[in-house]
Amino acid sequence: MAHQSELIEQDILAYLKSHEEKTLLRFITCGSVDDGKSTLIGRLLWDSKMVFEDQLVSLEADSKKVGTQGGAIDYALLMDGLQAEREQGITIDVAYRYFSTERRKFIVADTPGHEQYTRNMVTGASTAQVAIILVDARKGLLTQTRRHSFLVSLVGIRHIVLAVNKMDLIDFDEKKFEAIRQDYGQFAASLGFGDITAIPLSALNGDNMIEPSANTPWYTGQTLMNYLESVQIEGEDREKPFRMPVQWVNRPNLDFRGFCGVIAAGTIRPGDELRVASSGRTSRVARIVTMDGDLPEATAGQAITLTLVDEIDVSRGDMLTVPDAPPIHARHPEAHLVWMHDEPLQPGQIYLVKTATAVTPGRVTAVPYAVDVNTLEQKQVPTLGLNEIGVVRLELDRPIAFDTYQQNRDTGSFILIDRFSNATVAAGMVIAAAPMEPQNAPLTGFGPDLTDAQGGLPRQISLSEASISGTGVSVVDLTGEWGSIEFDVSTSFLDYLGKGNRILFRLRDLAQLAAVAQLAYQQTLSFEFDRTAYGVSILLFKRGIRSASSVSGDDGIGI
Amino acid sequence: MNKNLTHLQQLEAESIHILREVVSEFSNPVMLYSIGKDSAVMLHLARKAFYPAPPPFPLLHVDTTWKFREMIQFRDRMAAECGLDLIVHVNEEGVRQGVSPFTHGALYTDIMKTEGLKQALDRYKFDAAFGGARRDEEKSRAKERIFSFRSANHRWDPKDQRPELWKLYNTRIKPGESIRVFPISNWTELDVWQYIHLEQIPIVPLYYAAVRPVVERDGMLIMVDDERLELKPGETVQYKSVRFRTLGCYPLTAAVESEANTLPQIIQEMLLTRTSERQGRMIDHDSAGSMEKKKQEGYF
Repeated sequence: MAHQSELIEQDILAYLKSHEEKTLLRFITCGSVDDGKSTLIGRLLWDSKMVFEDQLVSLEADSKKVGTQGGAIDYALLMDGLQAEREQGITIDVAYRYFSTERRKFIVADTPGHEQYTRNMVTGASTAQVAIILVDARKGLLTQTRRHSFLVSLVGIRHIVLAVNKMDLIDFDEKKFEAIRQDYGQFAASLGFGDITAIPLSALNGDNMIEPSANTPWYTGQTLMNYLESVQIEGEDREKPFRMPVQWVNRPNLDFRGFCGVIAAGTIRPGDELRVASSGRTSRVARIVTMDGDLPEATAGQAITLTLVDEIDVSRGDMLTVPDAPPIHARHPEAHLVWMHDEPLQPGQIYLVKTATAVTPGRVTAVPYAVDVNTLEQKQVPTLGLNEIGVVRLELDRPIAFDTYQQNRDTGSFILIDRFSNATVAAGMVIAAAPMEPQNAPLTGFGPDLTDAQGGLPRQISLSEASISGTGVSVVDLTGEWGSIEFDVSTSFLDYLGKGNRILFRLRDLAQLAAVAQLAYQQTLSFEFDRTAYGVSILLFKRGIRSASSVSGDDGIGI
Repeated sequence: MNKNLTHLQQLEAESIHILREVVSEFSNPVMLYSIGKDSAVMLHLARKAFYPAPPPFPLLHVDTTWKFREMIQFRDRMAAECGLDLIVHVNEEGVRQGVSPFTHGALYTDIMKTEGLKQALDRYKFDAAFGGARRDEEKSRAKERIFSFRSANHRWDPKDQRPELWKLYNTRIKPGESIRVFPISNWTELDVWQYIHLEQIPIVPLYYAAVRPVVERDGMLIMVDDERLELKPGETVQYKSVRFRTLGCYPLTAAVESEANTLPQIIQEMLLTRTSERQGRMIDHDSAGSMEKKKQEGYF
């Protein structure tokens, strides 16, 4: 660890002073095992002199033993932490790495590029400000490049480095680099990134990593390290309306009542008026209290304790905000949901929804659509499985305060926790306070009209094993059916419902509802009706049966 | 205040948020206090997080009975100054069996540290325990969550960790289970030293160079802290100016020769050497992945 060795040797106090002013940048690297991602991070650590001699000795030993570089230093081994992974030759989880230069401290989230680990990437990206998207120069953009880019944009990262790696293997061909850069620009146009910086690299040989490479005289842009040291990370959170989720109420004695939390947006000073999101009550800031004395001002990112002039009711779970730009306070937010658990989402089942401060029981009432992370196309699904991403509607037990994720990553995000296993099953990002109003034409034909407009017989829809897709919820899409319908039900289909599985009917119009209602009447079934911006759906199920494929029931709440 | 927050201000805020989250959501938290510099920083952050109240949890020290004497003095002084309850737990069974670092090798750490820790957590039924581990210390730590789930048997399963997103920590556990919480996960060794310097946080004097009695053993300088260190044939006690980069059980903690007796000098020395701090701890040397194994079994 010997950057700035001279200054350290000659004037340690000056060195320490200069390092007090460093800022912090968190970034994520996205790519597959083969793109040289671990090598790239290993190299950054190496070149910023963050590798110690004893680590070097073990790195050399490991390189000979399990390395992939024919006994030469395998930088990737600096990154591969857990033993089992080392033996498999892949990283399987999120790992965090640290290095610093004269200007910045860096926290790198390293996540696997392997398909089934989308959840890890979302996890690593959730705290990152910059994403490095690795591309193998020989292969150009791959499906996974698009997937990573989509995930990164979903999680709200605005600054992208397109790291075109292994340039040495295509003889540093400018044309090929340029083609990849343009391809990517076209593809990413819809993803809403703030900026995209393409850099031709060889992580293994160090080209354009720290110093400009002599092999790419045609490239005049920044090296990777230059970029990381200088990229401007918006301090715009402090300009936004004040938000502080109350994390803890500090009451050491009768005379002191402090509200603790991290400021999620804005700036606050004593005297400023604040509003409690849940009650609408207002008061003014009396003091901003710290162990080192009161502060004249505090801003986004700081963990503070403030006291108010009036005694008003504030507790953990509340949010203190400016009075004139309050957050959303609602029960039915619509959100992007990334499903992270082996057990698929059970629509209707109660989960715990943890937001910036509050934990509230709630459930997913509808999955209007899922997004195919490879094609970015929307698709109709009954539910979300591991690593699937969709738009969902939530119903919370009580209204809570939040912002849209686009406005604020801290007050617009949440996780879902399974009440029984306590697993973190999903990550959510609020899109809006409530579903958008339907854009489609007004619904017509309401009422039990079982005959076709042309006077013909109702069309028979067969419900049999063929309609069933796995355990949990199966979808029967009726949106393509025109005219009146009726159902022909098989015994195995009824058995399926009897085992606690559910059928989600997507309806074209309300006329179809009558057919579903009749089926429920004849077979003693129950259903739940849901209308969203995307249409009408009916969830059909047998009441009093434990839901299938889950250890948990829904306790008779809701469906 | 138009400047960006510095990296230390950001790390401090993150740590304080974590400390408060645990106090808000757990019924019986404890802070594992190992008396070293990382514990010193963690304790300081806890005082800041809950000011003007004292931190609302006790300190727990798992004493192997082989700590440096100066560590024990410092521990007692800090607990008193901060107004915190101090729980000292010794694995009495291990003591009865005469387990020592000289006779039991790797087993010693298992029995006196890992077992002792589990005993204490079980006895007081703590549901959350703060630890001062940092992710930059060691490879297996790099992948551990800030809120790290432990089964009722205190085991860590690196393949089944809860995803940890944003600042949203899942604190739910069943009876008997617990969570280890690492508030300074994202700090590096340099961050810790720099923060100690800026905030003038007291640390055990053993970190500063002084003339101390040492013997050279297996290429390491071991301090003769009391009469229990028996000299092997050929070993002699030498008086050298030494200091410690990391503190643990004195027979297992190597001193480095140094003249650094101020904080800036210590940081200077740290920056100019290229040996990572854990090398002074014999515990990591057993085998590749040894720390990972220990952690799975319940070692902090």
